[in-house]
Amino acid sequence: MTMATDAPKDGFRLSMLIYDTRYRSYTIQIVVLVLFALAVAWLLNNTVQNLAARGKEFNFGFLWQRAGYDIGQQLIPYNNDDNHFRALLVGLLNTLVVAFFGCIFATVLGVIVGVLRLSRNWLVSRLMTVYVEMFRNVPLLLWILLSYVILSETTPAPRDFRVTDEMVAAGQEPAASMMFFDSVAVTNRGTNIPAPLFERGLGTLDLGFMTLNLNFWAVVVVIAASVFVNRRILSHARATQESTGVRPVTWWKSILVLFAPVIVLLIAMGFHLEIPSLKGFNFQGGILVAHSFTALLIALTLYTAAFIAEIVRAGIQAISRGQSEAAFALGLRPNRTMSLIILPQALRVIIPPLISQYLNLTKNTSLGIAVSYLDLRGTLGGITLNQTGRELECMLLMMLIYLSISLMISAAMNMYNKSVQLKAR
Amino acid sequence: MAESFTRSEMLPPLPPPVTERGAIKWMRENLFSTPLNIALTVLGALVVYWLIAAALPWWLNSVWNASSLGECRQIVEANAGPGATGACWAMIRERWHQFLFGFYPPPEWWRPILAFGLLFAALAPVLFAGQKRNLTIVLGGVLVYLVVTLYLAGAPALPFALSLVLIVGMLALAQIQPGRLLWFTLLYPALCFWLLWGGSVWSPIVAMAGFAILYAVFRLASPLIGLAPAAGAGIVVAVVWWLYLDKTVVDLLQGVLPFGLQSINSDQFGGFLLAIVIGVTGITFSLPIGILLALGRQSDMLIVKSLSVGFIEFVRGVPLITLLFTASLLLQYFLPPGTNFDIILRVIILVTFFAAAYLAEVIRGGLAALPRGQYEAADALGLDYWRAQRLIILPQALKISIPAIVSTFIGLFKDTTLVAFVGLMDPLKGVTQIVRADINWKGIYWEPYIFVGVIFFVICFGMSRYSMYLERKLKTDHR
Repeated sequence: MTMATDAPKDGFRLSMLIYDTRYRSYTIQIVVLVLFALAVAWLLNNTVQNLAARGKEFNFGFLWQRAGYDIGQQLIPYNNDDNHFRALLVGLLNTLVVAFFGCIFATVLGVIVGVLRLSRNWLVSRLMTVYVEMFRNVPLLLWILLSYVILSETTPAPRDFRVTDEMVAAGQEPAASMMFFDSVAVTNRGTNIPAPLFERGLGTLDLGFMTLNLNFWAVVVVIAASVFVNRRILSHARATQESTGVRPVTWWKSILVLFAPVIVLLIAMGFHLEIPSLKGFNFQGGILVAHSFTALLIALTLYTAAFIAEIVRAGIQAISRGQSEAAFALGLRPNRTMSLIILPQALRVIIPPLISQYLNLTKNTSLGIAVSYLDLRGTLGGITLNQTGRELECMLLMMLIYLSISLMISAAMNMYNKSVQLKAR
Repeated sequence: MAESFTRSEMLPPLPPPVTERGAIKWMRENLFSTPLNIALTVLGALVVYWLIAAALPWWLNSVWNASSLGECRQIVEANAGPGATGACWAMIRERWHQFLFGFYPPPEWWRPILAFGLLFAALAPVLFAGQKRNLTIVLGGVLVYLVVTLYLAGAPALPFALSLVLIVGMLALAQIQPGRLLWFTLLYPALCFWLLWGGSVWSPIVAMAGFAILYAVFRLASPLIGLAPAAGAGIVVAVVWWLYLDKTVVDLLQGVLPFGLQSINSDQFGGFLLAIVIGVTGITFSLPIGILLALGRQSDMLIVKSLSVGFIEFVRGVPLITLLFTASLLLQYFLPPGTNFDIILRVIILVTFFAAAYLAEVIRGGLAALPRGQYEAADALGLDYWRAQRLIILPQALKISIPAIVSTFIGLFKDTTLVAFVGLMDPLKGVTQIVRADINWKGIYWEPYIFVGVIFFVICFGMSRYSMYLERKLKTDHR
């Protein structure tokens, strides 16, 4: 005869903390928490002792002291009389601008390479495979250093662009010439590109803590408004199509709305390009883009594009053949099959790893240290840190900023991912 | 008699038209099928031609014997005419040892060489578990490598003979009981540490004895107080051994039996020696930490889970450079006043944590990809948490995530170049800068970067190929 044995009722024993699954997880968590608290306390105690031994204290007051160093590339006005916080902002913007352009270029190149690698053209797909494997298996630092060295050691000096009267008389060509209709000059000191200027500009607006370049913001606002109006036109067209079955012609409206306002604004403000030209020993006018920026951008783009190409390839291959066959059976043309059937599904596979590539690229901008690019790490974590001797504050602040950038990018991209993700019911 | 015009035998089939067979058909299909394809082919051919036209003469004019870049250029111009360019590999010939060993003293080069050979002997039992044939091939290769390189490096007779005896012994063991070879893998870290940094032979032995003590305490105490407390007691005793008794015992033994190798300082390490030391150590230790973090993140326990999430997201959110700077600048604040430990060790610890956080996410993906039924089946069999993980969940989850794990390893190995920024001499920035700063080789850039790049490529490409092999070998589904 079998008897059901009840759980022992003789109350709580100490050993149940380890052997009873009802209590064990609490025991483990409390032990972990205590150990963690002890470790934190130990670290804090050490830090306090070390700071005291060095006669330092933990505060961020140094951010408001005069920085006293120059930064080559500045997107907002800065000179060496400004404080360290201003230098931090300049560095942060330098980080963001490389990351921004790097993400765009790497995506474009990566998508092209990824699609070409799947091409049935033997030669092209092999070339793309070589490119991808070459860039994926060699450290990014090598590409940064190599592009910087090539840019700064093989490009001609500004004097090589000089055309003298004797040379014209003798029919000689100068040793180097400018590119893109004589508007861009690559010299060993940097790349000279044309600068956008406004004859009747709106000037700047001083807000006290920062100054706004009104010309720039006017263009941005007009473009944003045009895009918004264009979206309204398209959604109206879609609504008309759904209710009547006839889609109104929109292409000329879109072109008009997208381009006319910007062109009118630019003409009204007297927009023209200032072309750099050789004066004396150097190029004057235009904008001088430092090689550290160009090299970092080129290397980050080429390196990340190789990874993005693999992601795109995997995404397209993940869509089963049946999908495109079904689309053809429905009578869709190949390009509409691509845009309506394949791409929306491939995007779901592509976007999550793409987000992490964007994050990697952003974090990799910190390798600008190799070519002395003054980004966030170069200003706050470099010169400011060395000048003020505040390692703890600078490093913590820098990590915090990088962490918030990463979290913001991944939050934004995750939101986008949610919008294209399959709606599971 | 009427003639029959009915054919009685089959005609031999005609060959397909010229355009539908052989190379022409292949080219029509693969290179010139559509106008777009033709354009792409022409473009691709132009790119290939341009690359070859630019690089081939440079390769063909290579100079191997010269003492400076200027001399190289003179030789090239003398051979190939004025204005010709040529590679100057003479720089590699003169400086290869710095790229490989940094400033490691030349008479001791046999030590990293031996350690590198034994690395493969230690890896083989893990990579090719129990496969007699592959094990024999790898160990035989190691034997040949050691005979040649140790002879070239002029290794002293005793270690030369000992290492050959060791490998021959392992070869013999591989034929009888290949599983036993794992013991060498376990002992290898201490051996490698001693070979590279030198010092008394007793310090690795005494350090390893700590693990033996841990195990002994665990075995003796577990019948008395249960598994978990016994493990805790073992760890406590081992930590006490390492912290307080280790140094005394080593000094005592060294006094009785003085035997050791010349000590090498960490700042003499450099080049690929440094990259491989950091890379291999990081890879070895990041995997178990990554698995624990991934399990922690999947755990039901709120505190364990939030600590794991916090750690993973923090480490993944900041660039590796900031962590390396933490190792070089901030650890002095976080540790008790007066402690100062080796910079290579500090960097290894931070690199390991960095890779572990990435691995944790990769493994979490594998864990999440397993069907719930596997977890439920393990529970239904009455397995406890660790047995379920070890026998059912992890083998499958790790198998799914092999490609991603290996690409994390490749990333870690490439990231070892970043240690240049905390003052260590990595092959890429550290050594190349020293070479390029030399007055003889000023202005050289393709050659060092190609040399370093090719070595990195070979190692990383090899790792990715191995992961593909592993994926094929472990594939058990029938798709």
